[in-house]
Amino acid sequence: MVALVPGVRRALAIIGVAVAAASAHGVTHAASAIPPGIVHDLALGENDDRIRAMGQLAAAGNEGALELLLALQAGEVQTAGAVVLRVKEGSAIDLSTGKKIEPLPEPRDDVVLNNRVRRELGSAIAALKLTSPDRATRLEAAQTLQSGADEEMLPAIQRALGREQDPQIKALLTLTQATVQLGSPDKGTRIAAIRALAESRDPNTKTLLLPLLEKKGGEFAEPDSDVRAEAELSLRAIDSRLSTGEMVGRIFSGISLGSVLLLAALGLAITYGLMGVINMAHGELMMIGAYATYVIQNLFRSHLPGAFDGYLVAAVPVAFAASALVGMALERSVIRFLYGRPLETLLATWGISLILIQTMRTLFGAQNVQVENPAWMSGGIHLFSNLVLPWSRIVIIGFAAAVVALIAGLLTRTRLGLFVRGVTQNRAMASCLGVPTGRVDTYAFGLGSGIAGLAGCALSQIGNVGPDLGQSYIVDSFMVVVLGGVGQLAGTVYAAMGLGIVNKFLEGWAGAVVAKIAILVFIIVFIQKRPQGLFALKGRMADT
Amino acid sequence: MGAIERPLMAATSAPPPAPLPVAPPRLQAPRHPLFTTGGWIAFAAAAVVLLVLLPMANLLLPTDHPLRVPDYLVPLLGKIMCYAIVALAMDLIWGYAGILSLGHGVFFALGGYAMGMYLMRSIGREGVYHSDLPDFMVFLDWKAYPWYWSFTDHFAYAMLLVVLVPGVLAFVFGFFAFRSRIKGVYFSIITQALTYAFMLLFFRNDTGFGGNNGFTDFKRILGFPIATPETRLALFAITAAFLLLFLLLARYLVTSRLGRVLTSIRDAESRVMFCGYNPAHYKLFVWTLSAVLCGIAGALYVPQVGIINPGEMSPANSIEIAIWAAVGGRGTLVGPIFGAFIVNGAKSWFTQAFPEYWLFVLGLLFILVTLFLPQGAIGLLRRRARGER
Repeated sequence: MVALVPGVRRALAIIGVAVAAASAHGVTHAASAIPPGIVHDLALGENDDRIRAMGQLAAAGNEGALELLLALQAGEVQTAGAVVLRVKEGSAIDLSTGKKIEPLPEPRDDVVLNNRVRRELGSAIAALKLTSPDRATRLEAAQTLQSGADEEMLPAIQRALGREQDPQIKALLTLTQATVQLGSPDKGTRIAAIRALAESRDPNTKTLLLPLLEKKGGEFAEPDSDVRAEAELSLRAIDSRLSTGEMVGRIFSGISLGSVLLLAALGLAITYGLMGVINMAHGELMMIGAYATYVIQNLFRSHLPGAFDGYLVAAVPVAFAASALVGMALERSVIRFLYGRPLETLLATWGISLILIQTMRTLFGAQNVQVENPAWMSGGIHLFSNLVLPWSRIVIIGFAAAVVALIAGLLTRTRLGLFVRGVTQNRAMASCLGVPTGRVDTYAFGLGSGIAGLAGCALSQIGNVGPDLGQSYIVDSFMVVVLGGVGQLAGTVYAAMGLGIVNKFLEGWAGAVVAKIAILVFIIVFIQKRPQGLFALKGRMADT
Repeated sequence: MGAIERPLMAATSAPPPAPLPVAPPRLQAPRHPLFTTGGWIAFAAAAVVLLVLLPMANLLLPTDHPLRVPDYLVPLLGKIMCYAIVALAMDLIWGYAGILSLGHGVFFALGGYAMGMYLMRSIGREGVYHSDLPDFMVFLDWKAYPWYWSFTDHFAYAMLLVVLVPGVLAFVFGFFAFRSRIKGVYFSIITQALTYAFMLLFFRNDTGFGGNNGFTDFKRILGFPIATPETRLALFAITAAFLLLFLLLARYLVTSRLGRVLTSIRDAESRVMFCGYNPAHYKLFVWTLSAVLCGIAGALYVPQVGIINPGEMSPANSIEIAIWAAVGGRGTLVGPIFGAFIVNGAKSWFTQAFPEYWLFVLGLLFILVTLFLPQGAIGLLRRRARGER
């Protein structure tokens, strides 16, 4: 296992003699605490001797052990006959005595390590690094150990566990410790390890425990039935903890989907409630909002790169305005002339949506465009080991809530809102009382379209922005309106949230497509029972 | 439905209903003749052109003859005639009963899939994998046909499915929808959801209908190779015969008492109810019939086009059906047939010549026809004929 030193190396070593003198003192001091027998085994022993020596070093945590092992890893440890040297920058130190040797003895041999020894060396270094004051170093060491620890590292790990304050590193170490102990021949140790694993919040733990219960060639991988029973208990505990995480995750993604649906359906509910107009171009108004966000993003990138993170603040009003203007123009030019003919309005707005899609394809190309999240929206809250709540989703939920609050305020507190509600409830009477119904229609349509623009702005942060963006939401948002009924914001809110959460739960249980089909079937059946939706306006307008 | 306090008048932009007539209603309405003499002549002329002249012009004339119908035109016209049947079915329910369906594509596609199942099984072992099973099932590693594929190798049973599957689906759906008095835009939206749900279902590989790719690569129908000019002409002629037959059937329906009830349901449903009729029954009948016609059109469509996939069920396709009827003229029977020819002819030409402008044209068609041509092209011609502006 000992090879000849290459000539080049020797030449290099001679160059730096003078520099080495300064550092020699420290090396001498540090290495002295290591028993000479171990040093001998490390450098001159067989592979098994070396591995045992490393294990002892890692377990004892001698002063200077880390430095010695690092030197070994870097190829600085050499031998001259039976003398073990550390050669660095042209000077040599006898590792067993700590004395400096001059001149460099010849011939010297490198200590050559095979892969197995190198792996063990890495683990031993990691175990020693666990005591480092730097958190990043400790974390890295803990991660290295997770895949490469063996029983000899246990004392080092346990020592580090006693001192460790950081929860993430602590969890990693506990897991590593249990992994090592699972391989122990002692039944008590194994059971203790399994119990420790039950406390874990890491889904990877399951992959440690599951093999214990598997059969290999008729025999259980774990021969002892007590240990197996304990493993089953632990697995169950982990499952229940993981399922809590999953449950919270599903509710969260349900609310997130619900708030997207809510944003998409809110504008639709207003225009439908007010005018009985099904606006098939609603999805395309969302698309316009998303493209407006894209344009603003590009403007910021080219003109105000310093304020790029703030582009959304500018994009929100621009998206609202762009979609609202398009919507009002549509109302004035097409929809106005089709009042009283809802089915034809539906077809005409479908035509509008086709034209809008093709216009966007002509302007921006048929491909999806890139809308980047601002930096403050990336990342998320790490709630469980198997659950991260992304900031972008949280922001959108908050945004949807703000929009609902704003619309509710607008409808109940302002003069326009009063008019809109009046026209929704009884157009003829409102008109008789002097409400300019035509203008109210235009404003309300603009408002509904503007909200679609806001929805598009929000969608641009979590999904693809392309000419077909609106098409994928149109059926869903109709379903929300149908389920929620018209005339009340509350219906839309409940319907959107309910559909979002139910959809996500069904998705986990039966897959995305089946979930969607089940929801559609449910709505079709629901409409049989309550044709007016969840929250129908009661009174004389029950039948038209 | 809902909170709109306005009569949902579907097909016409008529003024609000006039006050009740004072004259007592006649119990026995006089029966209109199916067609006027001129109408019969036109019908016979159409039959001669479609069933005799066109096939002969394709089959007998030499390829360089100016009057020869080129080969590519035969399946194209055949396809458009299938669309014309769909437009006719749409007109029965929309133009006469005032119910706008945005889900007729699903009935068309189901009929097509039923025919496709037969065509897939008559491929035999000539698929890519030389298996008894269709290629997509081999690909999914299925060992046997699922139960709903049983007996589909018998042509007669497959044809029964063509009628039954869309019919039963429409009956069940319509039964619940009309019983709960769902109408107007609500009904349209729900039918759209229906076709959307079916599209998602058929996109899944596990559904057993070839998923994304659907059925294609057909080899023969009833033992005849499917792509030869003779088979194509035969299919063309059969489609034309069905179209003419359905036109007669529809004409018979709308001139009957049932047709009159349907029209009055469209114009004043509450009043029809107070006259002692149950609108749900009439609607359900015409709705189911319309779905069956669509299914048959789909079955005729698949062998001529050579493919059926879930894209046919997309909501956009179903809405397009409405525009065929609207362009031609709702509430007339010939109108939608012409509408299907006008729109699809334009589509074939545009998607080849200016593909990027087709959506603009289609969108404008939707807008302009609803704004300015509520009676469609036929209505325009009739107004001209009567000397109105």
